[in-house]
Amino acid sequence: MSNRQTVDARNTFCPGPLMELIAALRASTVGDEVEVLSSDKGSIDDIPAWTRKVGHTLVSSDNRGDHFAFVIRKAK
Amino acid sequence: MRTKILILGGGLAGTIVANGLVRRLASEIRSGEAAITVLGNTPRHMYQPGLLYVPFGRAREQELFRDERTVLDRRISLIIDAATRIDVVNNRVHAQSGRSFDYDYLVIATGSRLAPELVPGLAENAHQFYDLPGAKKLRDALTDFKGGRIVVNVNAPHKCPVAPVEMALMLDEFLRERGLGGKFEITYTYPIGRLHALEPLANWMVPEFERRGIKSQNFFNTQAVDGDAKTITSEEGDTLPYDLLITIPPHRGAQVIEDSGLGKMGWVPTNPKTLLCDGTKNAFVVGDTTNIPISKAGSTAHFEADTVVDNLAMLVQEGRWSRDYDGKVFCFIETGMNTGTHMWFNYTTPPQPSPPTQMVHWFKLAYNRMYWLSACGLL
Repeated sequence: MSNRQTVDARNTFCPGPLMELIAALRASTVGDEVEVLSSDKGSIDDIPAWTRKVGHTLVSSDNRGDHFAFVIRKAK
Repeated sequence: MRTKILILGGGLAGTIVANGLVRRLASEIRSGEAAITVLGNTPRHMYQPGLLYVPFGRAREQELFRDERTVLDRRISLIIDAATRIDVVNNRVHAQSGRSFDYDYLVIATGSRLAPELVPGLAENAHQFYDLPGAKKLRDALTDFKGGRIVVNVNAPHKCPVAPVEMALMLDEFLRERGLGGKFEITYTYPIGRLHALEPLANWMVPEFERRGIKSQNFFNTQAVDGDAKTITSEEGDTLPYDLLITIPPHRGAQVIEDSGLGKMGWVPTNPKTLLCDGTKNAFVVGDTTNIPISKAGSTAHFEADTVVDNLAMLVQEGRWSRDYDGKVFCFIETGMNTGTHMWFNYTTPPQPSPPTQMVHWFKLAYNRMYWLSACGLL
């Protein structure tokens, strides 16, 4: 059964939301989902671009006003 | 009734907490109302940032170590007995010897460890400088190096986020000073779409790398290393050849954290402001051990430890909370063999590095000596 975890990387500058996502996916198994919360506008481009490049699945991306939420499923 | 404070780990975070608390609780300790114990797994305390200088012959082994007993205040009990299970429900820690330790307050400062085994071929084929054997082996490799392709490979998560940048810049200068200019090529790989997680630092690095001729490969998350072919391949599908591979391996937390069911990959879910282990009211987490999404660095451990000292002392003495952690991190950054810069940030203030100067480099060198005052809780 797949799991979902949330990484709240709002208002953090280093290592930042994408690095936290990468670390969380490293600790996950195929099929698991990671939700990343980010207040960094750069995440709008960074996270979907990296997800596509590696071949994971961007399940959702949501603008929640003061932050963004992305759900990524580990595909390999 | 005596208040028992148990600190797991004798690294920087645990040591600062212990030494800070012993001063704040001096009268309670003198009267027997409070007791502080550090439970560690090694009698030696290492100044980890000093490892960066070892490959370049700029630090000696004996400079990096002191006996933990001499760093800790004599009123603190130090027990060398590796923790094997942490029971935050029953307020008890079990150790390798079979002993168990009850506590009223717990500070978990078990740190992080290198995990090159997470990437096939990395441990066998790559050099690293994040522990002493690795740093000394890299020093020997650099002594023998006559030229070729060097890959400085960064993996996530890792501690000391600026160390890979420092390694690339210092390596470039070190090899040029040895007369190897034009005979080597450095390629720096990084997991995300810019050269560093800290955007201002990444922006500064672009022209600096161009000026020095250091190449880079972004979006590079290491999948495997082939030691026979001397290549390193990323999950993104890129392959780089190398003659000398220097990696910053992925890290994970202490085994005891995973064995105790406290956190995936050894990182303990921690409130970013109170620094309390989620679901507890008397177990603090400091340093690399937390899962807080900020830098795993000595300064983070230091500022977190100061917060825990304030809160634990206030809880013991007055039964109330003192203050929250504001996310403060401060970093020195060596930008070559003779210049350096620095930056700080917290949860609300973004980082802004200053222009590199020789003065900051000298201050970093001075801090390498002053570190022991920090560990003693004096700085």
